[in-house]
Amino acid sequence: MALLFEMHSLSASYDANLVLQDVNLEVCENDFIGVIGPNGGGKTTLLKIILGLLKPVKGEIIFNTELLNRNAIGYLPQISTGDSYYPVTVTDIILSGLMINKGIISRMSSADKDKADMVIDELGLTGLGGSTLTELSGGQIQRVFLGRAIIADPRLLLLDEPANFVDTTFENNFYEKLKELNKRMAILMVSHDVGTISSHIKSFACVNMNLHYHQSNEITNEDLVAYGCPIQLVTHGDVPHTVLKRHK
Amino acid sequence: MEASIFQYEFIIKGILGAIFASITAGLAGTYIVSKRMVFLSGGITHASFGGIGIGYFMGINPVVGAAVFGIFSALGVEYLSVNHKIREDSAIGILWAFGMATGIIFIYLTPGYSPNLMSYLFGSILTVTNADILALGIMSVILVSYFSIFYRTILYISFDEVFARTYSSYVDVFKYITTSLIALTIVLNIRMAGVVLVLSLLTIPPNIAMIFTKTYFKIVIWSILSGFVGTFAGYAFSYSAGIPVGATIIFTLVILWVIAKCVNHIITKISYPRTGSIRL
Repeated sequence: MALLFEMHSLSASYDANLVLQDVNLEVCENDFIGVIGPNGGGKTTLLKIILGLLKPVKGEIIFNTELLNRNAIGYLPQISTGDSYYPVTVTDIILSGLMINKGIISRMSSADKDKADMVIDELGLTGLGGSTLTELSGGQIQRVFLGRAIIADPRLLLLDEPANFVDTTFENNFYEKLKELNKRMAILMVSHDVGTISSHIKSFACVNMNLHYHQSNEITNEDLVAYGCPIQLVTHGDVPHTVLKRHK
Repeated sequence: MEASIFQYEFIIKGILGAIFASITAGLAGTYIVSKRMVFLSGGITHASFGGIGIGYFMGINPVVGAAVFGIFSALGVEYLSVNHKIREDSAIGILWAFGMATGIIFIYLTPGYSPNLMSYLFGSILTVTNADILALGIMSVILVSYFSIFYRTILYISFDEVFARTYSSYVDVFKYITTSLIALTIVLNIRMAGVVLVLSLLTIPPNIAMIFTKTYFKIVIWSILSGFVGTFAGYAFSYSAGIPVGATIIFTLVILWVIAKCVNHIITKISYPRTGSIRL
């Protein structure tokens, strides 16, 4: 598998507050990595570094520019960043994913609009292109933002807590969709919902200041030491069951 | 005969003033209403009154003083809020009162000539000059060009700034330019509607438009149209009754808004009747 980017002993901080320390990570084509860890552990910061929104204080991130540059990264932020009362249509929001390839003076061609219609159909939003976000359910809104992230056919898709607002009826569809997308692009998915994502990812990384990478999708209690406290672990066997680690 | 020439001039001035005021206020208003910047805009408006006072005191055009004050306070609040150094609403509240205080102090310090305060607070037809109309006309051209050339860039930054930063390094530049243009628009419209009332000239038309339409571009168009009707009717009302023009414009616009709300309510009731009943 060809390498997309790698991080070498990278540290990140907000002013004096160190959030990531000596992180090493390699992401290759067709990877599907779950990024787990406690709140405030640095999961979102990791995405910000990859997106170029935050400069590392130490270490480096090296992109394989033959396969991946900034234009080829799709990003699904936590849902709160876009104002859902803003007077903008679903089609226009999805089209904004193409801005990455356009300048500040940009017109959307009819080919662009056809592309947006295709994405709308692909994500099961047919007929909602002219709607604003207030007319949509939480799960539909999430799919609109997913559409914005994938319309430019990225090589790498970054998802920040995608399951937060997904309605349960769509949740399985959502992961099916990601599985399909994973054939065309690598996926890095941040989640605090350890149990749900484990059956969908190929490998995972625990982030709590440090990063521990695990080359499998079986998350064990030992892997979860990064949390630094007892946590609930849901495993998927023939019968889904919950394992609670004993308090000491 | 003299009276009819005066009336003719008045009508031309009224129509041009109403056109330019509604274009600038419609574009700037849709932006601030969509982006929920109404309170910030109120702060800018009242801060610029400080510039009016200093302008009088130093013997320069008060509109120039207001423009300088308006733009700098807008950029200041924008800068501080981007860097999360302050509680934005508190800062606006302070700026709001500080501008008014500065304005009053300098107007009272100005020796001899005491300007007509009422005309700056509530607007006055008699003090609107040809130069004011011309300035509003130029501002209309600038705003229409700016918003049509950079339409998607401006729209997407204002909708989701965090996402825009992932593909553009011009986010802050656009925010500062847009906010400065909004501040200038407000200052130039102070001559029409006055410091106290100009904010409503920007915020009521988009709210009328939003009753009937839901996308940004259509809201701009309907804001300009409803703004024109309200502004021109207010202008005529002001002239015939001798009431400050800002007050009559805002009064007309609010009446329009109430009518629009009622019409919409009736249409909804007829289109989607609730014929079911609850039995107890």
